[in-house]
Amino acid sequence: MTWEEIAIVVLRVVMTFVLLLLVTVINVWAERKIVADMQSRIGPNRAGPWGILQTVADGLKLFFKESVTPRKVELGMYLLAPFLAVIPAFLIFMMVPWGAPFTIGEYEVALQGADLHIGLLFILAMSSMAVYAVVLAGWSSGSKYPLIGGVRATAQAISYEAAMGLAMVAVVLWTASLGSENALSLASIVEAQQGTWGGIIPRWNIFPQVAAFVVFLIAIVAETNRAPFDLVEAEQEIVGGFHTEYSGMRFAMFFLAEYVNIFSMSAIAATLFLGGWNGPTFGPPIVAAVLPTIWFLIKTYVIVFLFFWIRATLPRLRYDQLMSLGWKRLIPAALVWLIVSTVAIGFRQFGAPWS
Amino acid sequence: MGLLTEFFKGLKVTGGTMLRTITGREVVTTEYPKEMREKPQRFHGRHVLNRYPDGMEKCIGCELCAGACPAHCIYVRGMDNDPEAPTSPGERFGYVYEINMLRCIFCGLCVEACPTEAITMTHLFEMSTTNREDAIYTRETLLMDTQGNVPHMFPDDPLADQEELLTADGWLRATASSGAAAYEGVQMWQGTPGPADWDPEPDQDARDSKQSDDADG
Repeated sequence: MTWEEIAIVVLRVVMTFVLLLLVTVINVWAERKIVADMQSRIGPNRAGPWGILQTVADGLKLFFKESVTPRKVELGMYLLAPFLAVIPAFLIFMMVPWGAPFTIGEYEVALQGADLHIGLLFILAMSSMAVYAVVLAGWSSGSKYPLIGGVRATAQAISYEAAMGLAMVAVVLWTASLGSENALSLASIVEAQQGTWGGIIPRWNIFPQVAAFVVFLIAIVAETNRAPFDLVEAEQEIVGGFHTEYSGMRFAMFFLAEYVNIFSMSAIAATLFLGGWNGPTFGPPIVAAVLPTIWFLIKTYVIVFLFFWIRATLPRLRYDQLMSLGWKRLIPAALVWLIVSTVAIGFRQFGAPWS
Repeated sequence: MGLLTEFFKGLKVTGGTMLRTITGREVVTTEYPKEMREKPQRFHGRHVLNRYPDGMEKCIGCELCAGACPAHCIYVRGMDNDPEAPTSPGERFGYVYEINMLRCIFCGLCVEACPTEAITMTHLFEMSTTNREDAIYTRETLLMDTQGNVPHMFPDDPLADQEELLTADGWLRATASSGAAAYEGVQMWQGTPGPADWDPEPDQDARDSKQSDDADG
């Protein structure tokens, strides 16, 4: 490896990291503003123009606050849990290609933290790791409400991860059937969605895989512990859930992880189903180089907005409703869709078995 | 399927509200220190000691307000007027006038008790202080100046709305005992602090003639 290659790797990671932090700062503010609009309120408007620096103000406040450690905590796990929440959240987004590759001299720079050939598996693994953070935070707090929150998180994550994984499998099979050699890598999934059908409809996976898209969308809402699936931190029932006993910067890390997860999960949904950074490019070279990133951000923000919209609309599910939706509706639906889609792909590639 | 239609109905409600809020049609919040909501006409705010348009004080130091006060928060001491330079048109004037705003319940009984409409209530409500002494309003803080401006505890305070101070009270006019036909054209009292140039109430003539009919009959 030459030093240029190392520099490019560092550049890719740093750019992805900065993008993620930037959109998270905007997302926290955007959610408060959007939900306020949906409730006929004004929302944050003190810090900066339209209150856009509200997140910075909140962050600074939390940073300077005391991190109280209750007496009964299991100290090791208690201190580890916030990091376990943040690190997987950032690692997930490292897999997502957020712009068209461009070249500097003789080197090609992909706008993606790292292009693992098992990208989707890595994402699934990391989102399972994030559950550990919640469970360990709940358990190590030595307090009853966090424990309840942690237990709920386990059940919820296991239920919905299955549905999410099945929806992903359908996409991977479809991509592989299109001739992609590396259907688990997000970069090749985006590549497989280039072009259009008949010059009008883009070749996004949402059209052939619409059921998988719906299942995936519901599953990622549950996976990020957002309303209406926010039983893990249901304020009205169990104070703050798993982060009840956290304060100051440790709480801020859970908070950060939640919003990073929202964005990266939406980004994955946009990549898998909405064509990622694919989109028409035009204009001078610089504009053409930036446009794919803008397409990507627009698609992602449509889904992020859906997150906020659903949060402002739906009441929280009861625990048994959550379980029955997960196990009796989503997983069977995802399984049936997987079979249907596999059979369809089989027919297309090998012809009918009786012919 | 029913559940799904309900889901979209819900999304429609929040989405519609958002559109209406963004276009400014549905925001109910007023950003209080920056913009003041208009208060009802008969709002019971802090008190003011009024003057006649010629600058004379209306208070005659009779202590009826102190007697009427259910919270015992008013303290008045009268003093004989200097015959050469009287402070009020009567024999006496309010030499000491104190209201303890920590005790006051803003019931307005002092206003009703006052025979000369010397004490009325303004729309001012921002009366927080950092010590108890400041909460006892004295004659100096309560008495309006000769231009009709109500003194404010903190005149430099951005919260002190001078416009509002000038157009403070309206409800007294509606309940006043004065305004009889015999005094047509003579301004006996004014419900609004400031220069006295208001129009008569719409049905003033009708009421006056009725009163004189009653007196004749």
